[in-house]
Amino acid sequence: MRIKATERSRRRFMLRMLASTGAALLAGCDAASRKSWLPNVLGVAERASRSAQRLVAPRAMAQEFTVADLSPQFRSNGTANPEDERYQGLAARQFVDWRLGVDGLVQHPLRLSLQQLRAMPKRTQITRHDCVEGWSAIGQWTGVPLSAVLQLAGPRPEARYVVFHCADPMDEQGTKYYESIDFDDTFHPQTILAYELNGAVLPIANGAPLRVRIERQLGYKMAKYIMRIELVSSFTHIGAGNGGYWEDLGYEWYAGI
Amino acid sequence: METGDIPLDDGQLMAAPAPPSSPPAEAWPRSHSYQRHSLPVRIMHWVNFAALAILLMSGLQIFNAYPVLNWGRSSYSDTPPLLVLAHGFPSWLTLPGPRWLAMGRRWHLFFAWILVMNGLAYVIYTVASPHLRRDLTPTRSDWRSIGQSVIDHLRLRHPRGQAARRYNVLQKLTYLFVIFGLLPFVVLMGWALSPRLDTVIPGWVDFFGGRQSARTLHFIAAWTLVAFLFVHVFEVLVSGLYNNVRSMITGRYVVEDEHADQSH
Repeated sequence: MRIKATERSRRRFMLRMLASTGAALLAGCDAASRKSWLPNVLGVAERASRSAQRLVAPRAMAQEFTVADLSPQFRSNGTANPEDERYQGLAARQFVDWRLGVDGLVQHPLRLSLQQLRAMPKRTQITRHDCVEGWSAIGQWTGVPLSAVLQLAGPRPEARYVVFHCADPMDEQGTKYYESIDFDDTFHPQTILAYELNGAVLPIANGAPLRVRIERQLGYKMAKYIMRIELVSSFTHIGAGNGGYWEDLGYEWYAGI
Repeated sequence: METGDIPLDDGQLMAAPAPPSSPPAEAWPRSHSYQRHSLPVRIMHWVNFAALAILLMSGLQIFNAYPVLNWGRSSYSDTPPLLVLAHGFPSWLTLPGPRWLAMGRRWHLFFAWILVMNGLAYVIYTVASPHLRRDLTPTRSDWRSIGQSVIDHLRLRHPRGQAARRYNVLQKLTYLFVIFGLLPFVVLMGWALSPRLDTVIPGWVDFFGGRQSARTLHFIAAWTLVAFLFVHVFEVLVSGLYNNVRSMITGRYVVEDEHADQSH
């Protein structure tokens, strides 16, 4: 009998220890998440994932689907209609006055109209859009390959990243959306500046007049309402220096998973 | 007979001297201890447990950003969702506690690497050492005793004596299923959620029903691991919590010798 009582009290003691240790650890994890060292340590995984993913899938194409797979309505997420006076003015005239600026580290800065972009080489693809939140939608996109636009502008040798400056204000300070990718995605054949969705003019809810498709990364990389493309050697001077609006709020710059 | 009786018997023995030739031990329960789990196995067991706990809780944080499960190639098709949890999982189950997708992802993707590295180390170890062959592979007599093992488990009867030194057949099969089935599967379904890894062989996720199906399978596999954990902890409790936990920390496991059993 004595041993049973010992075993029972041992059980109680160990389970209580476990429960309180667990609770303390969780509180510790929450507190550490708010410090800067912990996210930095955890951020090692982002670099590891990027290297590993580029190693196993260097230049492959994203899966393309058929019309049968199209989502009945392509979900609009984030901004659905930019609350910006200038943008609203452009939208009111179907973006005929809109120009895409291409500048930064390029030999020939450009200002391209929608009409000019539509006259350039085009690509149509039915792809799946994976949101960081966990949902996905399938849409048909038509647009000009980003590489074709950059060939016109001629990147300077020191250019390493492409930054998208957008029209949609994200907060009370009026910070407008910005994103960046490197040349691995820039020159991928499926990276296009899309002006059509499902065979119709790109709706405002999905980023009119122009949004980028980066099919091997998550949705937040695919900037909508693009106004200007800037080539840079480093994005430390843009926003808080992490390469994108959501990146500055703690999301990974490399969004391959 | 229980070990609690030993001091009393011991005293009697001291009081009544026996002829030195008689082996005094045989009359009492005797136990011996041995090294049940090697140091690498112990380390990898606890690393695996910590990683899985963090992955589950941060995974629920990520799930809460879209608390819906779909089947198919995308979330928006003609197929209605399989499951909608309007409020998601409670904050005491998620890591971090409050809604914080970015931080949940950081925890999740970091410990996913820990899980995979630890798992790889384990597989290398288990194949290179006698662990897989000696401890985990069912023997011919194991296969024959499978019916008896089911009955024993249902009656919460556990092997004693020499038999307690080895895993029983249900235990072996469960461990093999978790190690070589469930854990690789949950990782693979996690990879399926990566748009970049989906390009390795474009369309490979369709083998599992499509990307959103893979997300659902990732979720189901995670909860199957939780179900395993509950059964595992239950079995640890009923077959000697202290002895089992000690053996997974220090390695030392105590086994009652056969003849002690027979003296009942």
